[in-house]
Amino acid sequence: MIDVSEWLRARLSRRGILAAGLAAAGGSVISAAGATGESRREASSAQADGHGAGEAGSPHGSSHGAMMTVGEVDATRNGFDTAEMLTEWETGTVSRLPDGRVLRTFEIDAVDKEIEIASGVMFPAWTYNGRVPGPALRATEGERLKIVFRNYGSHPHSIHFHGIHSARMDGIPGAGVIGPGEEFIYEFDAKPFGCHFYHCHALPLKRHIHKGLYGLFVVDPDPARHPEHTQIARSRLFGTPESTEWQEFAMVMNAFDTNFDDENEVYAVNTVAHAYMKRPIPIVRDRPVRVYLVNAVEFDPVNSFHLHGNFFDYYDHGTTLTPTLRTVDTIMQCQAQRGILEFSFNDHEPGLYMFHAHQSEFAELGWMSFFDVREAVA
Amino acid sequence: MNDARTFATATPTAPPRSRTALVWLLLPLTVLALAIAWLVATDPLRSFDNGAPPVENLTFERTILSSDGIDVRVRAGGSEPMIISQVLVDDAYWQFTQEPSGPLGRGETAWIHLSYPWVLGEAHVVKIITNTGATFEHEIPVAVPTPLATAGSLGNQALLGAFVGIVPVAIGLMFYPALRGVGQAGMNFLLALTVGLLAFLMVDAAGEALELAGEAAAIFQDQVMVVLAAAASFLLLMAAGRQGGTPAGLTLATFIALGIGLHNLGEGLAIGAAFASGAAGLGTFLVLGFTIHNITEGIGIAAPMLKARPALWMFAALTLLAGGPAVLGLWVGSLAYAPQWSALALAIGAGAILQVVVEVTAYLMKSDGRGGAALVSWPVLSGLAVGVAFMYGTAMLVKI
Repeated sequence: MIDVSEWLRARLSRRGILAAGLAAAGGSVISAAGATGESRREASSAQADGHGAGEAGSPHGSSHGAMMTVGEVDATRNGFDTAEMLTEWETGTVSRLPDGRVLRTFEIDAVDKEIEIASGVMFPAWTYNGRVPGPALRATEGERLKIVFRNYGSHPHSIHFHGIHSARMDGIPGAGVIGPGEEFIYEFDAKPFGCHFYHCHALPLKRHIHKGLYGLFVVDPDPARHPEHTQIARSRLFGTPESTEWQEFAMVMNAFDTNFDDENEVYAVNTVAHAYMKRPIPIVRDRPVRVYLVNAVEFDPVNSFHLHGNFFDYYDHGTTLTPTLRTVDTIMQCQAQRGILEFSFNDHEPGLYMFHAHQSEFAELGWMSFFDVREAVA
Repeated sequence: MNDARTFATATPTAPPRSRTALVWLLLPLTVLALAIAWLVATDPLRSFDNGAPPVENLTFERTILSSDGIDVRVRAGGSEPMIISQVLVDDAYWQFTQEPSGPLGRGETAWIHLSYPWVLGEAHVVKIITNTGATFEHEIPVAVPTPLATAGSLGNQALLGAFVGIVPVAIGLMFYPALRGVGQAGMNFLLALTVGLLAFLMVDAAGEALELAGEAAAIFQDQVMVVLAAAASFLLLMAAGRQGGTPAGLTLATFIALGIGLHNLGEGLAIGAAFASGAAGLGTFLVLGFTIHNITEGIGIAAPMLKARPALWMFAALTLLAGGPAVLGLWVGSLAYAPQWSALALAIGAGAILQVVVEVTAYLMKSDGRGGAALVSWPVLSGLAVGVAFMYGTAMLVKI
C-alpha cells in the first residue's frame, strides 16, 4: 500500500512544525483544557456575546440556547479525527522517471464503511481509504501522477479528477469506472496548479458523491515556473520554509442525507456536525492562515463560507497567484467549486472567531465552526 | 390442581378425564416452548437477515409547551430497541435530554426535553434522528402554552364542557312535558328522530375514532382496536340491557344517556386536546353551535320515557350521565392527551350508541304493536330523516 515510512515522515515533520507553533491539531482538546486564563476569559466573553454555543460542561457554554448537536463523535471508531484531518496531507510516494521528472504515486481504496457524522447518528458511507472526505492529495505542478485505485466496495466506483488529463483517465463509465474487486491506474500530469477536487463518477452520480466519495486535490505551484511571483509560489509549495510559516487547513464542506429523501440532515466541514464548535481550531495570532476549501455538498446548489470579525483574499480554484477577490468576508461556491482563502488575525485580539455557511439553514444543521485565536504557544 | 382434586371427589368418573384434559392442554404449550427455544438457540431464520436496517417507528403522543421550552412524549415501535441520537427544532440541531435515557424498546415511551424559545402563535417542527439516520417529524401547528391544572383553568374547562354537554341535554329534556301528550304517531316520530340522531352520532364517533387511532402508535393497531372496542361495548351493553328483558321506558332512557355520555367523553377528550395544542381557538359562535347541535340528545333521552313518570331527580341524573362526561373529557384531554385514549373512548361510545339504536328500534316496534311494519310508516321515516338532517345541519356550525 502507501509507503508508510515516507508518508509518516511527511506527517511527522508537519506535526513537529505544528507543535512548535501552535497546539498540535490532534491535541486541541488538551490545549483547550489547558488554555491560558486570558483565552478562557475570551471564551466566556464570547459566550456573553451570544457567540458561544455548546453542551453543558464544555468551555463554549450554551448561551445559544443550546442550539447544537449533543454528545461527541467517536473518532476511534470512525478511524479519522476531524481535528487531525485539517492538517493531514497525503503526499504519496515519490520516485524519479528516467527523464528526471518526479513520479508521485497515490494509492486509494474504495471501502464501504459506516461512519458517525453526529454523535450517535451512523451513516452507511462509501469512502476513499476509509475516511470522508477522502485523503487530501497534495502534489506539485509538473509532476507525473499515478493513482492506483482499488475497489473493495460493493458497487462500481471511480476517481474523477478535476484537472487536465486525457479522456481515458477521466474516471467516467468506460474510462476508469471499475467493478468491485478491480483495480485501475490513473496517470496524468499535475496541472494546472490550484485547489482541486476529486470524486467518484460512477452512476448514479448524486448517490455516489453524497455517500462520501470525494476529496481535496491540491496542486502546488512550481516556483521555477512563475518567476514573476516566486515568493508567493514558494509560500504555496508544501514543505518549503516559506509555506511552513502559514497555518494551512484542508476543509471540505459536505453534507449527509441520512434518511435518503434527497435533502441533507447534517451539514459540516470535514463530515462531523459542529466538530469545530466543540473543538475550536487553534490559530496562532501572528501567523497567516490559508484555507483550501471545496464544496462537496449534494442536493443544494450552493454553499458558502463566512468569516467573523475579519476579511480575506480569495483565489477561485486556486489557479492564480494573485487573488481573484480581495477583502471579502463571504464567498459562495457551487457544487464542486473550490478556492483558497488567505487571512491573518495579526491585528486582532485573541478569542473565538466564528466561521460558517451563511445559509443559516446549513449553519444550524451543523456547518458552524470556531477559530480559537491565541498568542503563540511555546 | 386443587380444582382437579375437589372435582375428583365429587364425580368418580372425572379424574382420568380431567388428567387427559390437562395433558392435552400441556402438549401444545410444550411444543410452543420448544419452538421458541429452538428459534432462539439456533436462529434458523438468519437467512432472512438481508442486511437491511431495522424497521423503526416513532409516534409523538403528547406535546407540552411551557416557559422551559418544548417537551414531547414519544412512543417507540421499532423491530429493535431504538436510539434517539439527535433532535432538531425548525431544522436546527438543539440540545436535549431524554427521560428515561437509553434505547427505547417496542412500545416504550420517553420524554424529550428541549429548552427551545418557541414563539407564541407560530408553527414549529420537532424532528428526531435515530442512530440509523431515520427521521421522525412532529408539527406544532400553533404554539400556545399548554394549560396547567390550575383551579382557574379547570373551572373554565368545566364551563366549556357544561355548554357543550350538560346544557343542551338539559334543554332537550325540558321538552319532556310538552312531548308527553303526543299520540302513537307522534311517539313513533320522536323515537325515529332519536334513532336518526343516534345513527349520526355513531357514524361521527366511529369516523373520529378511526381517524384518531390512525395518529396513535402502530402498536395499538388502529382500526382493529376501534372495531374491537366498539364491538365489545355493544355486546356488553346488549347483554346487560337484556338481563331484565328488552329495555323500555326509564331503563332505555338510561342506556341512551350512557351511550351519549360515552360519545361526549370522547368528544371532550378531542376538544380538550385540540384546545391544549392550540389547534382550536374556541369562539363563542362555535360553542353555541355545539350547544344547538346537542339539544336533540336531550329529546332523544326523553322520548322512550314519555309513558313513564320519572322523578325529577332522575332528569338531573340523566343529564349528568349524558352531558357530564364532556367536562371529564375536556379535563383529561387537555392535561393528559394521547390519541389512542380518545380513539378508545369514541369507539366505546360508538358501540354503546349502536346498542341504543338497536334497543330504541326494538322498543318502537314493540310499543307500536305492528312490529316491523311500523318502521316503514311515514312518521318513522320522516323522524329518521329529520333526526339525521338536523344533526347534519347543526354540525355545519361546528365543523372546521
